[in-house]
Amino acid sequence: MSMLELSLYILDIAQNSISAGASIIEISVDEDTGSDLIIINISDNGCGMTEQQASRVDDPFYTTRTTRRVGLGIPLFRLAAEQAGGKLTVKSRPGRGTSVTASFVRSHVNCLPLGDISGTLAALIRLNPNLDFCYRQSLDGNSFSLDTKELRRVLDGVPLDNSEVVSWIAGYVNEQIELLSGEGNAKPGQNDLK
Amino acid sequence: MKTLAELQAIRDKARMQMKMRGDNREAVRVVVGMATCGISAGARPVLNAFVNEIEKRHLENVVVTQTGCIGMCQFEPIVEVMAPGKEKVTYAKVTADKVARIVAEHLVNGNPVMEYTIGNVMK
Repeated sequence: MSMLELSLYILDIAQNSISAGASIIEISVDEDTGSDLIIINISDNGCGMTEQQASRVDDPFYTTRTTRRVGLGIPLFRLAAEQAGGKLTVKSRPGRGTSVTASFVRSHVNCLPLGDISGTLAALIRLNPNLDFCYRQSLDGNSFSLDTKELRRVLDGVPLDNSEVVSWIAGYVNEQIELLSGEGNAKPGQNDLK
Repeated sequence: MKTLAELQAIRDKARMQMKMRGDNREAVRVVVGMATCGISAGARPVLNAFVNEIEKRHLENVVVTQTGCIGMCQFEPIVEVMAPGKEKVTYAKVTADKVARIVAEHLVNGNPVMEYTIGNVMK
């Protein structure tokens, strides 16, 4: 079982946050050509883990789930990072939340492509319209962000899982990613939502 | 370029539609497995295809939701369709290109696509 896009691992780890009862999930992807690294962080304000639980996230035979006796989310994400010359760290505090950070050497032959980030965000928002997601992506210091808390203010009661709203979000994220990678003429942030 | 003005227009249109829509019948639930096994087998494009297809056909009475691992990882992506008063139908190894047919035949016309169900996929 492996995934071919980093965005699929992000979706999977965010599911852990949702299971942990988080109301806010922050996702960031920072790419830097100078240090040749991609750093992915998924942080939540869910129930967190005790030290003893956190020490076992890499043990595939440790899971709080009852339907299947193996838990592979974190071990697979760690494997993807380590195979690309990076590493994975988990910080967690009971009652406060969990933060998962994975690094990847971007020029490494085994570094997976980021893949369909807008598809991941669309899936997360569609399935969890009452949670808040904050996504930030940067390349060499240029960045853009999308915060559902800010969108909620504009939407003023219209739910985030309205299909046109989700399409708008996916379109916005795709445009901003194109701008970041320099495929467009404008600079990211020109279309700042604030 | 996607602008906030566009989002505001979507909001205003959605408000109008919410007023016109009378919610009375019980909804059909489409449940997609979104645990590690589901995601790695391709649940994300399946989920997004269901939502897009349901929207395209303006099916107001269908809700798409997720579930975790139901213990049949080898058959993921798994999609369950639960219609009120009917037996649950479980589709196995669903791909995005099977979605249009499931929506047309099952959600619109009420006939499950038997060849995509788990009983048939297991054979």
